[in-house]
Amino acid sequence: MSRPYAKLPPWIDFGLIPLINLVVAFAVAGLVVLAVGESPVEAAALMLRGAFGYAEGVGFTLYYATNFIFTGLAVAVAFHGGLFNIGGEGQAYVGGLGVATVALSLGVVLPWWLNMPLAIVLSFACGALWALIPGYLQAKRGSHIVITTIMFNFIAAALMVYLLVNVLKPAGTMAPETRTFDAGAQLPKLRGLFELFGANLGGAPLNVSIFVALVAAFLVWVLIWRTKLGYEIRTLGFSPRAARYAGMSETRLIVVTMLISGGLAGMMALNPVMGDQYRLVIDFPQGAGFVGIAVALMGRGHPAGIIPAAILFGMLYQGGAELAFDMPSISRDMIVIIQGLVILFAGALENMFRPGVGAAYQWVRFRTEQPAGENVEEAR
Amino acid sequence: MDLAFTLNLVESTIRLSTPLLFAALAGLYSERSGIFDISLEGKMLIAAFASASAAAVWGSAFLGLFVGILAATAFSLVHGLASITYRGNQIVSGVAINFIAAGLTIILGQSWFSQGGRTPSLFGGGRFTPIHLPGADAAESIPVIGPIYANVISGQTILVYVAFLMVPLTWWVLFRTRFGLRLRAVGENPAAVDTAGISVPWLRYRAVIICGILTGFAGTYLAVAQAAGFTRDMTAGKGYIALAALIFANWKPVPVMFACLLFGFLDAVSIRIQGVELPVVGEISVQFVQALPYVLTVVLLAGFVGKATPPKAGGVPYVKER
Repeated sequence: MSRPYAKLPPWIDFGLIPLINLVVAFAVAGLVVLAVGESPVEAAALMLRGAFGYAEGVGFTLYYATNFIFTGLAVAVAFHGGLFNIGGEGQAYVGGLGVATVALSLGVVLPWWLNMPLAIVLSFACGALWALIPGYLQAKRGSHIVITTIMFNFIAAALMVYLLVNVLKPAGTMAPETRTFDAGAQLPKLRGLFELFGANLGGAPLNVSIFVALVAAFLVWVLIWRTKLGYEIRTLGFSPRAARYAGMSETRLIVVTMLISGGLAGMMALNPVMGDQYRLVIDFPQGAGFVGIAVALMGRGHPAGIIPAAILFGMLYQGGAELAFDMPSISRDMIVIIQGLVILFAGALENMFRPGVGAAYQWVRFRTEQPAGENVEEAR
Repeated sequence: MDLAFTLNLVESTIRLSTPLLFAALAGLYSERSGIFDISLEGKMLIAAFASASAAAVWGSAFLGLFVGILAATAFSLVHGLASITYRGNQIVSGVAINFIAAGLTIILGQSWFSQGGRTPSLFGGGRFTPIHLPGADAAESIPVIGPIYANVISGQTILVYVAFLMVPLTWWVLFRTRFGLRLRAVGENPAAVDTAGISVPWLRYRAVIICGILTGFAGTYLAVAQAAGFTRDMTAGKGYIALAALIFANWKPVPVMFACLLFGFLDAVSIRIQGVELPVVGEISVQFVQALPYVLTVVLLAGFVGKATPPKAGGVPYVKER
């Protein structure tokens, strides 16, 4: 990764510039709202009220955010290793298979707090397995991981439809979905917990998976910044040649990074399948795998950034659903546009404002520090 | 399998591979110049929407085509801006464009026409209609060649002919013109092109614009020739299949045509194979046939069938000063 632009202090690099990118993305989204003849300010207000204005809305917002934390972490881990995993959607979808396996077989026998760890392990394994082949092909045969993971999304979609229609669907039913899980495979909702604080979550599907997501975020931080493996992953991402020169095995690192990334995406299945629907349905990830790309880019690959970014997108999902009631011309597809704009401005065009901001910063610095005289050389 | 069935299959293979061919050739120009483009999908989609809207409003298929090309080119330029001028990550930019197109087509479609994201149905001059080549009816009676001429070669829309004519044209442009030589060079070794005093960004921008124009054709074909109007997510992964065809064909124009025909054929077969009992293997599931192009691409990328060698400088932003 070459850095052709001047180095700036961290608060600009990690604070101001991402903020500007985000503001521009939302400003352009506002233009789209304007183009369909609605007021962007009013739309934003409605959206905020829908997402945070009452307890049930918050519950939905956090429920969606749980999905995006998992997929955002998945994309971020791969990013640190210099790999672009677009396959989160497929990995999450296949991850559902792991959750369903546990839920369908042990749902009657074990209580939820024993089934959950099993489901976590198996969904991780399924997601990891789905990322293994692209990872292995990238490492061993140099097949471009972006293309292979896209292909695997399509293959996953075909595979899951096949399995749901021909294998998992109970005999005598029409809908391509599994039977409803037994009580032992239904994760408890957080309704009771929120009632302690006097908030009524209503029908919000927020469940214990959010704690799993937060733990996963913490573990990813530990992995990337506090372990040898994480150091190696970051080295690989920063300079594959340096990694090779330092004697790290590129093949092993790529495969392991993709396994972790795919596993995290697979774990996302826990939330909708075991926490909300209580059965495996067609296309349950509903684009969360792709939202993960925007979340990871916005959060700059750091869990501390990913969690707020995930909540922001959770807000967009929930608020967007509410918005569609009041402004029928702005359907939920608006979020897809915002997602695209965030990826564009926070990802692809991240350098657009850097020179301008850099120049402005230097100018301000010169103006304020000139009298001292000694920092001029350093500030060059 | 009688002749009529075979002809029907060939005919629909050609129809289904036409949008793939346009899109894959579009990707060919872009990627040969060193700009990876996974936003073929999004550009096709926006072109399909724009062309169908324009054709619905003005009742002219050709105006539709023009507007479709404009829309796809505009999106292409965004990709160019991100990946050439601002040296951003080309994959990230492509992903962004796909999302923006997916959302925008529905939001604008709903706002303009209030038909749940569809555009009004096209009829008459609003659509590209099949062209009957001279003597098609008379030739019908000639055995073998006659029906082929009458049913497969004649009776396609003009865009189909344009698509297949683009193949030799692209070959000629890339391998027999100065522009083509430079375009290929800038995708392999931009520094050399730069040293020769030729502008790398301008070359790449031209490639990206050509890519926009061709994806414009692809999208327009989908909405204004094949179907009679735009429907939600109507590209349905065709942009990615085109990308797969491009890789499958090793970034060469004539093999691209054959790869697109192969994927078009698989598509045509998958429609017909539902519930059909085949000897030996039994009933093949639709999902398997649908997944086949993607599986084939992965197998090819893995280097088990030939080896894919992408342009060397592909995906790497060119930094002049070192």
